[in-house]
Amino acid sequence: MAKSATSQLLFHSSDWNFKTLSRAYDAIETIALDELGLNVYPNQLEIISAEQMLDAYSSVGMPLMYQHWSFGKRFVFEEHHYRKGHHGLAYELVINSNPCITYLMEGNTMAMQTLVTAHASFGHNHFFKNNYLFRQWTDANAILSYMEFSKKYIAKCEERHGTSAVEAILDSAHALMEQGVFRSRRPPRLSTKKEQERARERLEYEEQTYSDLWRTLPRSAERPNPEEAEREALERKKVLNLPEENLLYFLEKNSLILEPWQRELLRIVRVIAQYFYPQRQTKVMNEGCATFVHYTIINRLFDQGKISEGAILEMLHSHSSVVFQPTFDDPRYSGINPYALGFAMMQEIERICNNPTSEDRDWFPHIAGSGQWRETLLDAWANHRDESFILQYLSPALIRKFRLFLLTDQRNEKYCEVAAIHNERGYRAVRAALAKNYDIGANQPDVQVVDVDLLGDRQLRLRHNIKNGILLEEKERDATLQHVRHLWGYDVSLIGIDAETGKVRYECATA
Amino acid sequence: MPNFIDRRLNPKDKSLGNRRRFLKRAREELKRTIKEHVKTDRIADVDAGHKVPMPVGGSNEPTFRPARDSGDREYVLPGNREYTPGDRIEKQGGGGGGAGSGAGTGKDEDDFQFLLSREEVLDLFFEDLELPDMIKLSLKEAVAFKPRRAGFATSGSPTNINVGRTMRNSYGRRIALHRPGRKAVEALAEEIAQLEAEMSLDTSKRQRLQALREELDGLERRRRRIPYVDPVDIRFNRFERQPLPNANAVMFCLMDVSSSMGEREKDLAKRFFVLLHLFLKRRYDRIDMVFIRHTDEAGEVDEDTFFYSTQSGGTVVSTALEEMLNIIRERYPAKEWNIYAAQASDGDNIPRDSERCAAILNGALMRLCQYYAYVEIIDERETEIFGSTDNGTSLWRAYRTVDDKWPNFQMTRIARPSDIYPVFRKLFARQPTMQFRS
Repeated sequence: MAKSATSQLLFHSSDWNFKTLSRAYDAIETIALDELGLNVYPNQLEIISAEQMLDAYSSVGMPLMYQHWSFGKRFVFEEHHYRKGHHGLAYELVINSNPCITYLMEGNTMAMQTLVTAHASFGHNHFFKNNYLFRQWTDANAILSYMEFSKKYIAKCEERHGTSAVEAILDSAHALMEQGVFRSRRPPRLSTKKEQERARERLEYEEQTYSDLWRTLPRSAERPNPEEAEREALERKKVLNLPEENLLYFLEKNSLILEPWQRELLRIVRVIAQYFYPQRQTKVMNEGCATFVHYTIINRLFDQGKISEGAILEMLHSHSSVVFQPTFDDPRYSGINPYALGFAMMQEIERICNNPTSEDRDWFPHIAGSGQWRETLLDAWANHRDESFILQYLSPALIRKFRLFLLTDQRNEKYCEVAAIHNERGYRAVRAALAKNYDIGANQPDVQVVDVDLLGDRQLRLRHNIKNGILLEEKERDATLQHVRHLWGYDVSLIGIDAETGKVRYECATA
Repeated sequence: MPNFIDRRLNPKDKSLGNRRRFLKRAREELKRTIKEHVKTDRIADVDAGHKVPMPVGGSNEPTFRPARDSGDREYVLPGNREYTPGDRIEKQGGGGGGAGSGAGTGKDEDDFQFLLSREEVLDLFFEDLELPDMIKLSLKEAVAFKPRRAGFATSGSPTNINVGRTMRNSYGRRIALHRPGRKAVEALAEEIAQLEAEMSLDTSKRQRLQALREELDGLERRRRRIPYVDPVDIRFNRFERQPLPNANAVMFCLMDVSSSMGEREKDLAKRFFVLLHLFLKRRYDRIDMVFIRHTDEAGEVDEDTFFYSTQSGGTVVSTALEEMLNIIRERYPAKEWNIYAAQASDGDNIPRDSERCAAILNGALMRLCQYYAYVEIIDERETEIFGSTDNGTSLWRAYRTVDDKWPNFQMTRIARPSDIYPVFRKLFARQPTMQFRS
């Protein structure tokens, strides 16, 4: 009896090898696909060392990345903290690509590798493949070859134009990375083959048509007909499609001084920023989904007798430290833990579907008691981002469990006021405020291009729509404006207008 | 079935290029700040403090970022215990602090400061600086040796025989030459003894005994011919005498403390000495410092007295040089010590003593010194007049003659703190190989 029970185990010792890894993977896959109904990209699991993990960390988690000093800075920073023991390294890293690449640390035990495989190769993978944001905004098939293209392209530019010239453009582009995404408009799908072709053609065309003679022409000849010129300018403004929220896009298309290769660099930075934009909007859901999946799978594996008690205890130990949420007055507190919140919300959905209370029936009439928790979760994972997910599914029971409360911080007050707590009157306010905190688009400074006086001094006019009176860090703002100027070639001005009152709060310009 | 790839054997240091780019950037930044530190007034801090935070200037990554202290915000926090709606929490208190961290976005990374060790700071500080006469004479005629194992030799003293190596050689030779073993000889001897013990021997046995005796005889002869240990087997441990570089330096600080040297002059002189000391510390394991101050008579004092106590009197520079010569003779034989000297003065001297100083330097001192730097501290107004001319105080003119003769003698003028570092660099700049003292 005992013998047949142990022979079912996927692995016995804590050491892993490729045979046990693949056996565990197959068992996990069966549960994930057949029982949870996940739909995933094919998986590719790569074993890496700690140093390679640090490398991956510092190049924003991409296996291929162009070279820039800021990644080196991040590396020194991470390495410093790692060596000092301030924090450990992640057990895994997963890339939204097709095939989905998961990095496993070589130092993990077999139990950890099992946990991580379930977490990343199925949880995250399913989320990447099915969530609407990722489906619309990123192209998992193309990203790896695009990254390869960009890396090679930038290396070639460095060879051709010198490292410092490339670095200067990248520095400026990085400064505008946050303003380099389309928030409301869907970007055109990127296809690398066409992309490369286009870049090459652009360069070739420029090279062929380049004539040194043009350079010698006097620049601003008197325009013969001012009215016609005026009309032309209006026309051009319309063509420029202002106002424009994506500064990098605008500069790439319309900058007056950039050379073709420099425009291509802006484009690369912009595409990468756009690629990561969905991840930032779905932190809670993504981690919650992965955590929920690994938790369900390891428990099923244990029920099936495929992992030993020791192994599941080890997994649960690391699971519980991952979903640990310190309270706000705890020295360890650093914001709400997305793993904890996401996992708790998804467990809560399962509970509401299976064992609803009368309160749940009031709050979630469409799912309470339906018993269809799998379908509900799959639907939520596919069709929500953090903001809408919290707004829809954060239950009063969970607010009570986390003892959430809402604190308002008015700029003129010496006090923060507790506006709502976990009681009948506070639930909706807490839920709405929490959801709003996860709306990345609303919380980032909204800076747009509003006007360019192409006829006059060609000054680029930017407008910052101030929400809730939140201004910009002045030193950083001025330095960033210098970067905009560097890319635009002429002076740049920024005006801060309060979105509610329409009053001008500040004005500044590069001189 | 998933696709497993073992990446551990991939080439390492994927981000080496990035790191190199970053360090290059940081290095330029650091060099700039350190230069400024030296120019203003914090060189003593550089020596004392072990770490320097990295300036964030050029490695900063600015973005449009919400200002922390503006606007209305709402935070949702976990772990409410006693609050009810309407409660107020002071902003600086725990609640506000927690709230602040809840709202910050990506705050950590730019607060990060890059810490350099003192060594690295000094390396940056002294970049391109090279002691003028680094290949010290005593390096060649090294005074101390340390034996170091260096393989094996076929000759040597019996105490150094390497038994293991010797026996291995002997064993190999014995096998190669088929030296009969002790056991074979004994077995043969025993058989002979048995035959001899028998009372009556027939012919065949007698013949056999005869054959055995001959064989034994042959074996024993062979054993005698092929010795157990032959002189060619013997190996000795070989030692090499490794010269120990002379890592001791002594630095003489000479200063005029007569009333003509004011607070400003002393301060400038001190800075120069500090720089020199820092510089030497990087090169030598052990550095002794000797402070000699002089008015119309010279004396060795400790550092505090040297810099901070005043003494009145006239000025006779040669007394200090004589004192230095005495101390070298007594305590710092030039064979064992690298001798550096730095003299600071305002150039005042009693008449005709300057020539005496030059004579002492030319006669004895310059032969002993590795390097001698003379710094004349002048009034700021005098800079224009004396800029680069040979004109000047009597001491300056006398020392010019020394300067011409000895490549390891350097002299210069300082008027402002900001002059010191450039001057120091000039004095210690990498120079074409200099003549050794003969």
